[in-house]
Amino acid sequence: MINLQPYANPMYFAILGVALLPLIIGLLNGKRLYWYGTLVSFIFLVLIFDGNKIHQGIALIGYGIYEVLLSWLYLRYRTNSKNKNSTPLFVLAVVLAIAPLVVVKMTPLFSPNPSLLGFLGISYLTFKVVGYIMETRDGVIKTFDAVKYIQFLFFFPTISSGPIDRYRRFVKDYDSVPSREKYLELMGKGFHNIMLGFFYKFLLGYLFGTLLLPQVAHLAMISRGGFLDISWGLVGYMYVYSCYLFFDFAGYSLFAIGVSYFMGIETPINFNKPAIAHNVKDFWNRWHMTLSFWFRDYIYMRFVFFAMKHKLFKSRITTANVGYILLFLIMGFWHGETWYYIAYGIFHACAMILTDAWIRFKKRHKGMFPSNKFTYAMAVFFTFNTVCFSFLIFSGFLDTLWFH
Amino acid sequence: MADNDNVQSTVMSILTDLTGSDEVTKNPDIDLFTTGMLDSMATVQLLLELQSQLGINVPVSEFDRTQWNTPNKIIAKVESMQG
Repeated sequence: MINLQPYANPMYFAILGVALLPLIIGLLNGKRLYWYGTLVSFIFLVLIFDGNKIHQGIALIGYGIYEVLLSWLYLRYRTNSKNKNSTPLFVLAVVLAIAPLVVVKMTPLFSPNPSLLGFLGISYLTFKVVGYIMETRDGVIKTFDAVKYIQFLFFFPTISSGPIDRYRRFVKDYDSVPSREKYLELMGKGFHNIMLGFFYKFLLGYLFGTLLLPQVAHLAMISRGGFLDISWGLVGYMYVYSCYLFFDFAGYSLFAIGVSYFMGIETPINFNKPAIAHNVKDFWNRWHMTLSFWFRDYIYMRFVFFAMKHKLFKSRITTANVGYILLFLIMGFWHGETWYYIAYGIFHACAMILTDAWIRFKKRHKGMFPSNKFTYAMAVFFTFNTVCFSFLIFSGFLDTLWFH
Repeated sequence: MADNDNVQSTVMSILTDLTGSDEVTKNPDIDLFTTGMLDSMATVQLLLELQSQLGINVPVSEFDRTQWNTPNKIIAKVESMQG
């Protein structure tokens, strides 16, 4: 059995390029070949989940049926004018939607084997489903279209690791054909993204992740014994890992976005020069953007809206801070049930709270601090190092260093 | 149009209050998000104020930052939602 993991090597792109050719010719001539696009998507999904991955494939099908049925039932409830917009039912729908993911994430705590419900991309699919349910709750998604919903959920370029698109945005592209001029521009951007992705993932990602990372890891391990086992090797690990994480993941996202463009779908970008962020808040607008915007829109803003409307807290500062803790704790748990993912979440929540406090302090004491190119560069430098430190926590290397 | 004047002045006073500066009236096409004048917290406050002062219900799902990013765009949106 041939098994093709998405964007694993240049060969994948060659095969994909040939397979997409009829679709591209169609789009160039103002037609979207729906049946052909569906066929290609289906084949490439099968190629991810066949052979020794067949258990994942079965889990994916079961998951898909379950979530589509759930979304349909909730939308049916919401669009029946006789029903009121019940909050407990909404909560139930969300809980049921995330239940499979929770089981998959909790299984490693109890069993040495991964859960049978798990498959590559389940986290990202769950984000899409929960977003759909929340927008149904808000009354902005009013009709259920099984075909479009399935196309949206199982859009193969983004299935394994995002970027996380949104239903209404996706459908707008899916339902239309870009003008030839626009599509040529998209193809140009798509090509550029894929080339840059090669450079990031296969060159720089390989350099940092495969060549350098084991070296600095080894150096850090043999230099253990000092205070908290801190050594130059560990400092090296922090920067090398951070670079690896960025180039590997940003490269991957560029592939997914580039391939989407060729299919006439403008999947949102995921990274926007995170290294030049001038504070942590700015960083989250530049790093893994579709994930952080998802958390911002579906967790943080909804929580703050609810808390302010029902006056849960006396001050809006407390409201914002509790919101940050909630958001980043959930993000930590989502990454995995280990102490270092949760510590990473708490670290970023604290960083956000301190950033807000600092911004307020500066507003109150205008003119007290100079603001120029130098202070800006300092802020960028400080943010970069704060973020690299958080990635050191995230990497799990401290767990190896201290406890193994 | 007395109604529209009312929308304009109400939105401007809410924004002045939330951003803590009268930059919004001086430059009604300023991007409130890229300049960091509004954050998510202030956005929610804006939505709640629109609800209580003008009776306009904007669900969080409807708040697309690219369409609500300047004072003028917000005013236009609110006017269109008032019908």
